[in-house]
Amino acid sequence: MSLGLSFDLLLGASLLWSGWRALSTPRLDRALVLFIVFGLLMTLTWARLAAPDIALAEAAIGAGLTGALLLDAYGVLQAKRLAAEARK
Amino acid sequence: MKRLVVIPAALFFVLVLILALVDLAPPAFDLRPLVAENLASSGVAHPVTAVLLNYRAYDTLLEIGVLLLALMAILAVSGSPRTTSNTSLSASDPLLAMLGRIAAPVMVVVAVYLLWAGTSRPGGAFQAGAVLAALAVLLHLTGLLAGWQQPGVRLRWGLAGGFLLFLSVGALLLLVEGELLRYPPAHAGVLILLIESGLTLSLGLILAGLFLFLSHDQGGPR
Repeated sequence: MSLGLSFDLLLGASLLWSGWRALSTPRLDRALVLFIVFGLLMTLTWARLAAPDIALAEAAIGAGLTGALLLDAYGVLQAKRLAAEARK
Repeated sequence: MKRLVVIPAALFFVLVLILALVDLAPPAFDLRPLVAENLASSGVAHPVTAVLLNYRAYDTLLEIGVLLLALMAILAVSGSPRTTSNTSLSASDPLLAMLGRIAAPVMVVVAVYLLWAGTSRPGGAFQAGAVLAALAVLLHLTGLLAGWQQPGVRLRWGLAGGFLLFLSVGALLLLVEGELLRYPPAHAGVLILLIESGLTLSLGLILAGLFLFLSHDQGGPR
């Protein structure tokens, strides 16, 4: 088995794994981090598929901006929950 | 118990999908030779950029319009903007702030490079705009750039400028060439670079706005 093929198999397996974990993990913060990991693995996959244009867009928009937006939303949710708990 | 039903059903669905994919007829005609043949008259040397900004420029025009519309929708539903001057920056780690200051000029150079590279190799306006937006988000998170309150006149022009520029070039070509966005081959390269520059700036501001307008409650309970 050549090195390239084994890397691709590893990449595909970890892509599926991170996607599944991001959907199935019960903790929201962990799911967000796994989503960003999924985006970065997706970038590598596009690069391996010889589509550098899509890889660039995926890295910048899919993993970077969307991840930052989701983390910000998580921060706001967390702050709201803390405020609600403090009011009780 | 539920799992016993769901997992076989999902596996069956996957199998059907794979079979459908294998069964799919090959595309009726191959567009690649058409793209390669007309690359010389498209004004750029990279086929992806040629498709995005020449052959299918109309789609790209609508895309930037959709993004602008999305930002307007966010501005419309994100509640009344605060009138109080709540722009005090959260004092952040000095190390983070310094790293942000070091990264900023490098990222601007990367964005301009990506824009320029788009004419001959992978790159282009969307990627460059995303890098600019990421820079704004980074500066915001390191506490160097305040969240945006309400778009002022200059910011509004910046947000809509790329779309307006694209649209006015298209309208001009409609008058001169008789067809929307049909570039004359001699000036295609310059026109595409002009449109892409406008797109980069506007896309950077729009994508950054998605983040910075929404985090205007920076000074709230946090």
